[in-house]
Amino acid sequence: MYTAGLQKRFLIEETTGMKFLVKITISLKEGMLDPEATAIRHALANLGFATEELRSAKVFFIRLDAESEGAARELATGMCERLLANPVIHSYEIEVLR
Amino acid sequence: MRFAVIQFGGSNCDHDVHYVISEIFGVDCDLLWYKDGLPRNYDAIIIPGGFSYGDYLRAGAIAARTPVMTEIIEHARVGRLVLGICNGAQILAESGLVPGIFTINRYPKFICRWVNLRVENADTPFTRAYSEGEVIRIPIAHKEGRYVAPEDALKTLETTGRVSFRFCTPGGDLLPDANPNGSANHITGVLNSQGNVMAMMPHPERASEEVLGSSDGKGIFSSIIHHVEEKG
Repeated sequence: MYTAGLQKRFLIEETTGMKFLVKITISLKEGMLDPEATAIRHALANLGFATEELRSAKVFFIRLDAESEGAARELATGMCERLLANPVIHSYEIEVLR
Repeated sequence: MRFAVIQFGGSNCDHDVHYVISEIFGVDCDLLWYKDGLPRNYDAIIIPGGFSYGDYLRAGAIAARTPVMTEIIEHARVGRLVLGICNGAQILAESGLVPGIFTINRYPKFICRWVNLRVENADTPFTRAYSEGEVIRIPIAHKEGRYVAPEDALKTLETTGRVSFRFCTPGGDLLPDANPNGSANHITGVLNSQGNVMAMMPHPERASEEVLGSSDGKGIFSSIIHHVEEKG
């Protein structure tokens, strides 16, 4: 019974959803203080690399099932709004890779 | 009267807070593992300091989205008290119980030292043991404690008495050197709009006995206890 249930669920996933790879980039909003980026920029300068600007960001690659590319994007938006980004300091960018 | 201290994986000031409430003040206090939820109603819930979930993603972000926080939001909605200290403050901000965010310090290092705080509003359930403008000495210990909030939210906090503590000099002045982490307007203690939830980065439980170098932090716990006693 148990195995049959698993197989059934597996079949449903296979037939209704499509797999997408979504790339989510979370970065600080324009004008937000980025102390880590400043420290990294100084360290690069110590190594002889002159830089004009350095900004840091966090990237997530998420594989998920969705009905369409639009639905995948919508799910990713929900993830950003509810957990991955904090709207006080962050902006986010979503790319559906495939 | 009964208090609760919530323990997340990575909380490390839970026993200190529990000790202050139960041993110094003799008030009943439960230590609650977050997965067990709230087994009963409490007069006050304290979310202690530490590094819940290893500060993954953002300090407090993951703990703020656990089911026990839904129960704590409901506890706050009906007017009961919530205090978040350090990581607890970060969790309250991430859960939306107080506005803004406590994020990485201006100088991105862990700071652990004594600071001076000016009491900005002594007419709250958390600060009534103090007087307005009083300077108290309490330690901080954090890397993500710089308070940031949108301009309009800051304005609302400032004009409605919702700033409870600011970093200051021993004399109570707001000089730049007295703001250890670069917090907006030196803010390190904020209240929700109802005034029954407070988030603060400094650790009053580490300054509740003279033997530790200061008992200035005791006033926060005694304020809460008196508030609950008065409400009955």
